[in-house]
Amino acid sequence: MSFLDLDEWLVDLAAAVDVVYSPIMDIKEYPENVDVVLVEGAIANEDHVELMHRIRANTKVVVAFGDCAVTGNVTALRNPLGDPENVLQRAYKDAADIAPQYPAEKDIVPRLTPRVTPVHELVKVDLFLPGCPPPAPRIKLFLEQLLAGKGERLAGANIKFG
Amino acid sequence: MAAKTLTIDGKQISAFEGATVLQAAEEAGIPIPTLCHLDGVYDIGACRICLVEVEGVAKLLPACTTRVREGMEVRTDTERLRNYRRMILELLFAERNHVCAVCVSNGHCELQTLAYEHGMDHVRYEYRFPKWDLDVTHRLYGMDHNRCILCNRCVRACWHIEGAGTKNVAGRGARAHIISDLNQPWGDSESCTSCGKCVDACPTGALFKKGATAGEMAHNRAKLEFIVTAREKKQWIASE
Amino acid sequence: MVIDDLNAIAEAERAARKKYTLRCCMAAGCHSSNSVAVKKALEQAVKDAGLEDLVEVRGVGCMRLCCQGPLVQVDPDGTLYEKVRPEDSASLVGTLKGGTTHVQKGDPNSPFFTEQLSIVLANSGYIDPERIESYIAADGYRALHDVLREMTPKEVVDEIIKSGLRGRGGAGFPTGLKWGTVAKTESAQKYVICNADEGDPGAFMDRSVLESDPHSILEGMAIAGYAVGANQGFVYVRAEYPLAISRLQNAIKQAKQRGLLGSGIFESPFTFNIDVRIGAGAFVCGEETALMMSVEGKRGTPRPRPPFPAESGLWGCPTLINNVETFANVAPILRKGADWFASIGTEKSKGTKVFALAGKITNTGLIEVPMGTKLRDIVEKMGGGAPDGAPIKAVQTGGPSGGCIPAEALDTPVDYESLASLGSIMGSGGMIVMDDATRMVDVARFFMEFCMDESCGKCVPCRAGTVQMHSLLEKILNREATAADLQRLEELCQMVRDTSLCGLGQTAPNPVLSTLRFFRSEYEELLKKETAHNGEPRAAIR
Ligand SMILES: Cc1cc2nc3c(=O)[nH]c(=O)nc-3n(C[C@H](O)[C@H](O)[C@H](O)COP(=O)(O)O)c2cc1C
Ligand code: SF4
Ligand code: SF4
Ligand code: SF4
Ligand code: FES
Repeated sequence: MSFLDLDEWLVDLAAAVDVVYSPIMDIKEYPENVDVVLVEGAIANEDHVELMHRIRANTKVVVAFGDCAVTGNVTALRNPLGDPENVLQRAYKDAADIAPQYPAEKDIVPRLTPRVTPVHELVKVDLFLPGCPPPAPRIKLFLEQLLAGKGERLAGANIKFG
Repeated sequence: MAAKTLTIDGKQISAFEGATVLQAAEEAGIPIPTLCHLDGVYDIGACRICLVEVEGVAKLLPACTTRVREGMEVRTDTERLRNYRRMILELLFAERNHVCAVCVSNGHCELQTLAYEHGMDHVRYEYRFPKWDLDVTHRLYGMDHNRCILCNRCVRACWHIEGAGTKNVAGRGARAHIISDLNQPWGDSESCTSCGKCVDACPTGALFKKGATAGEMAHNRAKLEFIVTAREKKQWIASE
Repeated sequence: MVIDDLNAIAEAERAARKKYTLRCCMAAGCHSSNSVAVKKALEQAVKDAGLEDLVEVRGVGCMRLCCQGPLVQVDPDGTLYEKVRPEDSASLVGTLKGGTTHVQKGDPNSPFFTEQLSIVLANSGYIDPERIESYIAADGYRALHDVLREMTPKEVVDEIIKSGLRGRGGAGFPTGLKWGTVAKTESAQKYVICNADEGDPGAFMDRSVLESDPHSILEGMAIAGYAVGANQGFVYVRAEYPLAISRLQNAIKQAKQRGLLGSGIFESPFTFNIDVRIGAGAFVCGEETALMMSVEGKRGTPRPRPPFPAESGLWGCPTLINNVETFANVAPILRKGADWFASIGTEKSKGTKVFALAGKITNTGLIEVPMGTKLRDIVEKMGGGAPDGAPIKAVQTGGPSGGCIPAEALDTPVDYESLASLGSIMGSGGMIVMDDATRMVDVARFFMEFCMDESCGKCVPCRAGTVQMHSLLEKILNREATAADLQRLEELCQMVRDTSLCGLGQTAPNPVLSTLRFFRSEYEELLKKETAHNGEPRAAIR
């Protein structure tokens, strides 16, 4: 959503890049030979693991975008509770009024990974843009640098968590 | 008091005998990052963020507990030091559960600020995700162990500014944690005067005022400083 | 008490000796394999045989070859019996009347015994640690007398400096220099502390000395007290050493009764008292500043030095702190002279060192050898090599702060500098032998786990760094790590070593660094190939 706060700069951006894949686009498979990907969210289930490996194999610059991707953030709050079973139990069985069951119909809902991890614990990440969410001006600065071909790590005042 | 001359980062400065390197640097406007140091209570050299190099000394020395010497040559900002500082910060973030987005101290946190200053855009170590509890039994304050960095500032503030002796450390290694009295719920503590000095001493969101929500909890260090200065300089005794 | 009284006690003790003595080890090793019952049974057997006038059964301290205990040795011919059971006692006593016994005999002339040189353990295995008379008969408290009556404190310090004695607690700091600093620091109150925390896993030298010859420590501490101007001493022992504690307390009581502790010792103006402080067994409480916090009744965590204890120690007073074995060397040095002591050992490491020999080795137990003895002589000659003749791969010295010395370097002489140059340390004297079945990464992980558990938690690099190093080692052992992980481990090692507050953290990386130095390929063989698919230290999917 913060991305949309980029307002009219989005138009400039659209001119500079081809958006080839996004969860809200009607493309099923992650394409090959991608220049840059902004990965949002932590690695929490087996689909994420699979997709992330595909992304890494087909992308030049992988950017962990936002706190969830960089640190695990709130998504990782389940980790201290241990086995994902504990979380599911609480959410879908203990708290259910009628017909308590896991939404784990085979092949429909992906299984949870034993613990939520930031993206860089799974694959090599090239650049990090933390923030929850990263504010629009910082996204702009970051992308501008990237487009200019000098993808540099953020420093000082340009890093912000939370 | 005799003065000592020394150089810090090549800058020649003088400091009073008995001053720490940290005090001397502060006086000279040279910033040295700190975490466990708190003006007004004695230093314990625990966080190791303030380590500096001293010419002729093989070991790195904590600026907060090292006294100035005549002719000392101190370096505070070498590549090695910056690197080690960032590693220490990453270790702290990986050690407990720091979820900045939902933290009461987001934006007012010394740990966070230092992380930014040291270019920590991500943590290279495995997050431990330990299970720690929250103690919200006190009427006014709460303690979230997930955010505690064991700087011991609350303990020293409680013992040496307030004199209550409520806060303490129990356990060792990664299981070390802050307790109230003999490891009982804070709200049951009979020694706590509810003064809030520990809360003001805390660099992170571990100790907070109840009712503060994400980002609201700014710690009032000025209050502690005011009390300590007033006590040392006896400012509350009315002059004739 | 004057010197004549001391002589009289020694005389009486010697006069009471009988034709035969059955020395029966009562130190913890043999104690735990039932030596108390053995001693009782022997006493009964002597009575039954009607030999009470000819045979003394004496409980003594450690006789070294702990793996063969309970040990019994017969004087005057020196026959050594191993693994003695109470039911063996009749036949054993019978041998004194020309009978025979099936009890396993040891060889007191084997290199394990003959290569030893005893200063610290000289009385161990001979005197009865529970009777002060037995110590006095072995020239005990004579050095204290001579020091108090004939030497100035400065002369005592100078003698210790001249002897070249260095601290046996690990770091090898020159003892005389330390004494001199405490002596020079002006203060109305000073303290002497004996560090008997001995937390290294596998080490039991200090325990043995306390169990076998407690008075030697008291005498050493009293001499130190006189030299530095202290009137109060503390022995800090861990609660896991109940036998050592009780012998120590018994010894203190006896010394007080005899006027060898307390006020006006040997009718001099010197007053010295010793109290025992019992620690709960945290490894870090062996670190001197943490130990002093613990003695003061506070949480045992280290504090930055300077100030060193010699300037500001217990309750802010100048404090001399030395290791058990260091103190045990003091009386012999003053009795026989600094030159005698300095003639033993190497140029920079004088005297002897006691080691607890353990691991994959035939003869496990306590040995005391001159400094400079080659590791090979200790391991192969004295220790008899690995039990089944397996090749020896490495020797670990210095416990969790030390390192692994590879078999190629077995010709290294054991002294402070040589061991340090190999990335290990003398340490307090644990020596663990490893055969070729040992995986070095396992060894590193074992010690890292120890340091992680024993970290006091005060400073960040040690508290959180050991946890990360441990998990990286586990990851390597699980074959889930990449070269990047190994690099990260090495970076952490350096950082934790350079930035930790106390010796625990500063040396915690040593076992990793030293195994990396000599056995790097064992790490590398466990690594996964690196691809872009490997993230940073990815959590092992558990
Ligand atoms: C973690 C740690 C544990 C230690 N444990 C012991 C110990 O068990 N016994 C000991 O004598 N020294 C121990 N030391 C060393 C002491 O701090 C101190 O240097 C020593 O007692 C000085 O005695 P010395 O000069 O006679 O060696 C330890 C040091 C560290 C850092
Ligand atoms: S509120 Fe005051 S008395 Fe209570 S624990 Fe905090 S500092 Fe101590
Ligand atoms: S609660 Fe706060 S002040 Fe106390 S040790 Fe933890 S971080 Fe430091
Ligand atoms: S190095 Fe380890 S044991 Fe020593 S003070 Fe730091 S945390 Fe405690
Ligand atoms: S501020 Fe100096 S060690 Fe923490």
